[in-house]
Amino acid sequence: MAQTSTIARGGGDSSAPARRRQKAPRRGRGLPDWAIPYAFLLPGLLVIAVLLLYPLYQMIDMSFHKVGLRQIRPNPQPAEFLGLQNYTDVFKSDLFWTSLRNTVVFAAVTVALTLLLGTLVGLLLHRLGKKMSTFLIIGIMAAWATPPTATAIIWKWLFDSDAGVANWALNQLPDWLSNALFGRSDWSGQPWLNEPFTIYLVLVVAVVWASFPFIAVSVLAGLKAIPSELYEAARVDGSSPLRTFRKITFPLLKPVFSVLLVLSIIWDFKVFTHLYVLAGGTTNREAFNLPIWAYTEAFSAPPKMGFGAAISVILTVIMLIITAVYVRQIVRTEDL
Amino acid sequence: MTNPQTAKRVRAGGLHAAAIVIFLFSVFPVYWMVATAFKPNDEIFTTRFIPFPLAPTMEHVSRVLTKGVAGHSIWQYLFNSAVVALGTVLIGAVFALLAATAVARFRFRFRTSFLILLLVVQMVPAEALTIPLFLMIKRLGLYDQLLGLIILNMGFTLPFAIWMLRTFVAAVPKELEEAAAIDGASRFVTFWKVLFPLVAPGLVATSIFSFITAWNEFVFALTLINDQGKYTMPVALQYFNSQRSTDWGGIMAASTLMTIPVIVFFLFVQRRMVSGLVAGAVKG
Repeated sequence: MAQTSTIARGGGDSSAPARRRQKAPRRGRGLPDWAIPYAFLLPGLLVIAVLLLYPLYQMIDMSFHKVGLRQIRPNPQPAEFLGLQNYTDVFKSDLFWTSLRNTVVFAAVTVALTLLLGTLVGLLLHRLGKKMSTFLIIGIMAAWATPPTATAIIWKWLFDSDAGVANWALNQLPDWLSNALFGRSDWSGQPWLNEPFTIYLVLVVAVVWASFPFIAVSVLAGLKAIPSELYEAARVDGSSPLRTFRKITFPLLKPVFSVLLVLSIIWDFKVFTHLYVLAGGTTNREAFNLPIWAYTEAFSAPPKMGFGAAISVILTVIMLIITAVYVRQIVRTEDL
Repeated sequence: MTNPQTAKRVRAGGLHAAAIVIFLFSVFPVYWMVATAFKPNDEIFTTRFIPFPLAPTMEHVSRVLTKGVAGHSIWQYLFNSAVVALGTVLIGAVFALLAATAVARFRFRFRTSFLILLLVVQMVPAEALTIPLFLMIKRLGLYDQLLGLIILNMGFTLPFAIWMLRTFVAAVPKELEEAAAIDGASRFVTFWKVLFPLVAPGLVATSIFSFITAWNEFVFALTLINDQGKYTMPVALQYFNSQRSTDWGGIMAASTLMTIPVIVFFLFVQRRMVSGLVAGAVKG
């Protein structure tokens, strides 16, 4: 129902002003009317073509070539064509499977937790009084606004093996509880950032911390757009909160959720900065995800840029498949 | 539970408790960063929990401010970051405003295709394009130059900037421009005197968004800058580690310095970023 109104709005402001504009008196100089929008568009389009589309093409091209030191030097030699060699090498590498697993499992867990926590906080914000919800929004904005490098550094510090708050807090648990939950009671010196599994545990917490506020605020914006009569009717009918969510809130917010879902998947699939900082650079190969693996192959000596490009192409293909969902959703709901 | 009044109060209490827990979860790490920056070393390197600096000290802050990191003053890094972020905004804003005006004001062939292109390119991971971009920047002679970072950041913030700005342009009533045109104002005067002032708040919001993105950017800065004197803050922060230990007091002081401008700017644009990102979905 809301969609029809969007379409109507989009159709309403069709080409009428352009026609009227022609009649308006204007100086002789300047472009013909039809060319104006293209002239306005040109600089931006050029930037996008040069900085995004052309490199995308180059990345694909490089993935079929052997690009190393000789091709990067001032007088570059032509790169040797390898066909699909880089790709078969990627699939044969042990690192491919650990990196892919790290990328996918991390994204799945983080997206689920971020959406769950974000939605719950969004619902909470909607139900709180004005003062309390402002207070909470200011709080979550602190997490949201913190730059990614700072976020990673802070969590690295919180999970420091010697002086980290996490180890201190776990040591505060009663021994029986800690034993029951984790099978140990002494957490002193626990080195979280040495093992891939625990690095990813910290990474999940850090990324969820930084990204749930956006989900919460977006869900809140969506909730505010739902007419309150629907909820009043549900209350009169004696609907339980869970049922109200399932029958009213969720269906109406479905477009919001699907966009948030895809955005979260995209962000969490290519997490680089947080992992790079937490894992301390590119030394821990077991902790690689696809972006960091591609980066490492391409930029550490000896540079294997074609190989790195092949990894990047695989990552990009995965992302573009996911993106298709997002674009379809936006095209359907937005008055383009 | 027999008394509905009590049940209501219990529920409200539960909501408030949840709000406080979430508030603490969000704020504590940031607080801990600032608190660590002001603690003396013996309060930092301890297994005890010291909730706030018992003997607050400026030693880390002043060390970072005067001695800097990796042989260069912190002001140098802040300056580099500011140059990159401001450069990104200044060049990007002009391009974004032109393109946003085109899509919001005119109907033309390929308009929808362009909008879809904007959406799709936003999704291409910058990390994946680092390899060809590195070679491009090198060939252009822009390796180790802040200008190279400015150009890349501008390109990567532009699609979203256009996307965000077009709603602001569309919100300005066309009648105003038409009236000016009928009064004989040239197209340029109409644009400059009528449209521009009304879009200015949107332009500010978009610019702040681009500024924050460029200020925080890490991968390009890591890849394209080798000269330590040209590091931006996110890269410089990585150099507080020595082989044996990390200067946590220093790194927290520097992180705080880097975070302050972002938080300040963020307060202005937070709402518009949400509407820009989930635009249609929320309205629909």
